[in-house]
Amino acid sequence: MYCAHDIGFSAGGRHLLEAASVAVRPGTVTVLIGPNGAGKSTLFKLMAGERRPQRGQVTLDGIDLAGLRPAQLARLRAVLPQSVHVAFPFTVAEVVGIGAARGRDLPARIGRALARVELGALASQNYELLSGGEKQRVQLARALVQLEASEGPGYLLLDEPTASLDLAQQLLVLRLMRDLAAEGAGILAVLHDLNLAAMVADEIVALKQGRVAVRGTPEQVLTQACIADLYGVDVRVGWAPPTPFLLPQAASRA
Amino acid sequence: MAVSPAAGALAFRPRRASVVLGLCAGLVALAFLASLAIGPVTIAPGRILDILAAALAGERASGAALREAVIVLDVRLPRTLLGLLVGGGIALAGAVTQGIFRNPLADPGLIGISNGAALAAAAWIVAGSHVAGYLPLALADLGLPVMAFCGALVATVALYAISTHEGRTSVVTMLFAGIAIAALAAAGTGLLVFAASDQQLRDFTFWSFGSLGGATWAKVAALLPFMALLVLISTRLPRALDALALGEAEAFHVGIDVQRAKWLAILGIAAGAGASVAVAGVIGFIGLVVPHLIRLMVGPGHRLLLPCAGLLGGALLLGADVVARTVVSPAELPLGVVTAGFGAPFFLWLLLRKRAALMG
Repeated sequence: MYCAHDIGFSAGGRHLLEAASVAVRPGTVTVLIGPNGAGKSTLFKLMAGERRPQRGQVTLDGIDLAGLRPAQLARLRAVLPQSVHVAFPFTVAEVVGIGAARGRDLPARIGRALARVELGALASQNYELLSGGEKQRVQLARALVQLEASEGPGYLLLDEPTASLDLAQQLLVLRLMRDLAAEGAGILAVLHDLNLAAMVADEIVALKQGRVAVRGTPEQVLTQACIADLYGVDVRVGWAPPTPFLLPQAASRA
Repeated sequence: MAVSPAAGALAFRPRRASVVLGLCAGLVALAFLASLAIGPVTIAPGRILDILAAALAGERASGAALREAVIVLDVRLPRTLLGLLVGGGIALAGAVTQGIFRNPLADPGLIGISNGAALAAAAWIVAGSHVAGYLPLALADLGLPVMAFCGALVATVALYAISTHEGRTSVVTMLFAGIAIAALAAAGTGLLVFAASDQQLRDFTFWSFGSLGGATWAKVAALLPFMALLVLISTRLPRALDALALGEAEAFHVGIDVQRAKWLAILGIAAGAGASVAVAGVIGFIGLVVPHLIRLMVGPGHRLLLPCAGLLGGALLLGADVVARTVVSPAELPLGVVTAGFGAPFFLWLLLRKRAALMG
């Protein structure tokens, strides 16, 4: 289990997180939602180990992240950041291989990861010449190579993985997240699109002003009352079995 | 660069890689022989190999062979080794600087690091002469490279601290800070020159021309530990520098201890830039142009870039030194004049090419 326990974090005199807790179980997809400034990015960075919480702790299978060296942590979890600019003209395949343990089978692992994000044909392209959506998927493939080599179940943290993708690619990434969970990995994703969250999440954790406002299955969290409380808008919530869906067209200020 | 033509070269362009590494090593061998062979007395490569083999076997030359042996072993060999070390060190330090600053334009000679080393070296020449008299001779030889190393270290740390905020290095800040550090160091050097005595001024002027002319085995020995440090560090860095190309947070995600990598790199840069400045003054463009050339040939992966850059840098500086001491023979051109003469136009060509690519 990948857990944040009672996290407190402030910066610049603002309380960004207060007593926030999240638990990511192997084989499940947990999605963080919440309005802008709710503390999603901060919580994500603390879970990834980039920053240390001022109160509380983040643990991975019972071990405090503070006690792990970067190399040890990298063998337990992989991270997909939002957008990545690469400083030198690396090829797509080289970017995917960065950070992976080298070995005879690395080219094959890179090829498999690129095939999973449907970018196998671009392996020898210059990364910086790709579109935003393609770059995003290359980074996802890089995280997949790292995840595949992880010890134990493996955890994957994704920050807005669908942000710059078209509809077909959004669905591809959601399907990939479900597949990885089915293979046993624990997935934590920050998502802004609530309909995508409803489709992919086993559990949704909604943050508001640095606190966990509500958590539960998509049906429990994505209700008219909860959305009104979180975002201050009144939306109609429909039902597209097996998940709820939101119609922004019918929204009004709550 | 659009699509890489090599279809089978999926991950690491493996075949071209070994070819380029072999090519660089071949160039080093060629430059090494040329540097030993060419001069007021031309010595055939076959003779040079005989002399080197004899020296390695511990045989002493005599008679007519003695003159050639002395020229090769006592005059040209230390100069050649010094050139290899300085050129390789500058190019390697340049490649590491570009990797850690995530910028292909970062070069110790451009962003004030070499000037910091030069200021400290000047301080040693002016003030150190009072101290050096009390030191054993071996330590006196080390004084200049040690001081230059310290100067480069201070400049690099200052530059990094100024241009990096919350893990992001700003290119504009880095270049401006580099210009300011270079100007400040130049002002300090000017002040020292102003305060120097005539003898110190002569020493200083001679040194600042940047020449391998005064090469001795003692200088080679004084330079060796710094270059060994740089090479040792550069073997630990390729994976970290590759990952840092993605950004500092991303490098941490894939398991790099970013702070450790940064400090190692800074130490290596200071050793390479500082020691080479101590011997040969500020030599521009090798550190900028050589890594760029290698990136064009084998791509930006540091596992190959670093060794290839070191080899090609050594070969090119030796070539430049051969040019410097033959075109106006028996006088010598300053080495910096030759490297800038070739390097600056090449750099401008690169900029124009990049501008064309950026503007479509």
